Amino acid sequence: MLRVLQPGLLTTIQDIGRPHAVASGVPPGGAMDRFAHTAANLLVGNDRGAATLECTLTGPHLVAEHACLIAITGADFEPRVNGDAAPMWTGLFLSQGDQLTFGGRRAGARAYVAVAGGISADRWLGSMSTNLMCARGGMHGRALVAGDALPVGELSGPVVAGRNLAAGMRPVYGERTLHVIAGPHFTRLQGESREALFSAGFSVSHDSNRMGYRLEGPRLDAPGEELLSFGVVAGAVQLPAGGQPILLMADHQTAGGYPVVVTVASVSIPIAAQLAPGDEFRFAEITIDTALQMRAAQREALDLLMR
Amino acid sequence: MPPPRSTVRVRVHPLGDTAVLAELGTKLDTALNARAIALAAALKKRRDVRQAVAGHASVTVQFDPDQITHEAMAAAIKRLATKRPPLDEPGRLHRIPVVYDGPDLYAVAMQLRLTTHQVIELHGRPIYRVFLVGFVPGWAYLGPLADELALPRRPVPRTQVPAGSVAIAGHQTGIYPLPSPGGWHLIGRTSVKLFLPDSDPPSLFRAGDRVRFFSVSG
Repeated sequence: MLRVLQPGLLTTIQDIGRPHAVASGVPPGGAMDRFAHTAANLLVGNDRGAATLECTLTGPHLVAEHACLIAITGADFEPRVNGDAAPMWTGLFLSQGDQLTFGGRRAGARAYVAVAGGISADRWLGSMSTNLMCARGGMHGRALVAGDALPVGELSGPVVAGRNLAAGMRPVYGERTLHVIAGPHFTRLQGESREALFSAGFSVSHDSNRMGYRLEGPRLDAPGEELLSFGVVAGAVQLPAGGQPILLMADHQTAGGYPVVVTVASVSIPIAAQLAPGDEFRFAEITIDTALQMRAAQREALDLLMR
Repeated sequence: MPPPRSTVRVRVHPLGDTAVLAELGTKLDTALNARAIALAAALKKRRDVRQAVAGHASVTVQFDPDQITHEAMAAAIKRLATKRPPLDEPGRLHRIPVVYDGPDLYAVAMQLRLTTHQVIELHGRPIYRVFLVGFVPGWAYLGPLADELALPRRPVPRTQVPAGSVAIAGHQTGIYPLPSPGGWHLIGRTSVKLFLPDSDPPSLFRAGDRVRFFSVSG
């Protein structure tokens, strides 16, 4: 069991979400960065879908009340065990009483902490993911607070420390290009807007959260008839009439009637998840075939951890 | 004589590398919506489909690109969409009590050149269809609303609409399930809970259900 001494800015329990709840209007939820979430789980021998901690912008201060195997992936918040720098993307043994703390944010926006056996939490509609709006799932539907106890599930097999994801396989969060595929309403973009979408930089506004990011950049226009609402997906870039795009993320509204001008390719969603408010990035258009090749390469990196 | 094959035209657009949006039409139409719901149900049965959700006149399909290409998925969707849809079974009927005292009721009546009594009567007369449950938990798009009540959304949305508010916009009506921002005209309120977080599914309404409002005093 892990005990929370300080929760950090926003630390929630997340797994791979509840995709089937969207038929009731409930966001699919789940870890924003599925690559880092999955890698953390595989490094400690868990199933890919086990619950982890998603730590936003700052890390928590945790103490191991029992010996356990953990892995820290995703954003680099300078993790430390008993004050000494701890390697990321690596299985680490914590002895009883060991303290896990974090320093400042060096790269990325969301760190993941997996524990061998998985974190046990409230299950809602098939998932332990925390949904803050509905106040359900995870730690009673809320972010962690000081004093919380995080029970850990049964180990499914023997655990081994020291496994790691090769440095060349780790994502580079400083490289801020989101690969996108033209969306259903791409052709509504007027000439100048279409050019600006790919030539200009955008930044994540401070009015951004797990539901979506409001993007700041050139005003884009995609005029046309009002649309009937349709189901949307994480990664969709909506363009409301004001011309300020919204990038939908894990806790997105399930349906919308705004034009979707581009959709972030699945390979780039983990990179998007690591953008913090104020971070700048660019969109680069790719084909579906290229997106699928990049997706396969990303998955191979995770498959290496299965061996 | 066999029933005629349908001639519905389906446009399939990529929605990233693992999803597509299949558009059956662009008009608010009960028959199109019934087709979209039937198509989503048929697609959900496929092993290569992870999720299929009907919109007003569309289906958003998330699939496994390791099992099927975009081209083959588009072809499969078009094939399923041209099949004669199963008879649209009437959905469950919900009767919703409304206190018609919304903050926009009088302004709506003025804009429509109706009395508030006529607005209430026109709103309560039809049996509406649940076109789609989505946007926020428990929200349902209901319609079609009588032409006499059709109004564009408020130019400036409210930052906070109370849960239970009964609202209209365009040819649709709905009930805000949770306190949230909103741009629809608020004509009344109901005590019926739309979002049932401790039930599964957690929404009172399901796509294809029918809804009728009746006036009660506050």
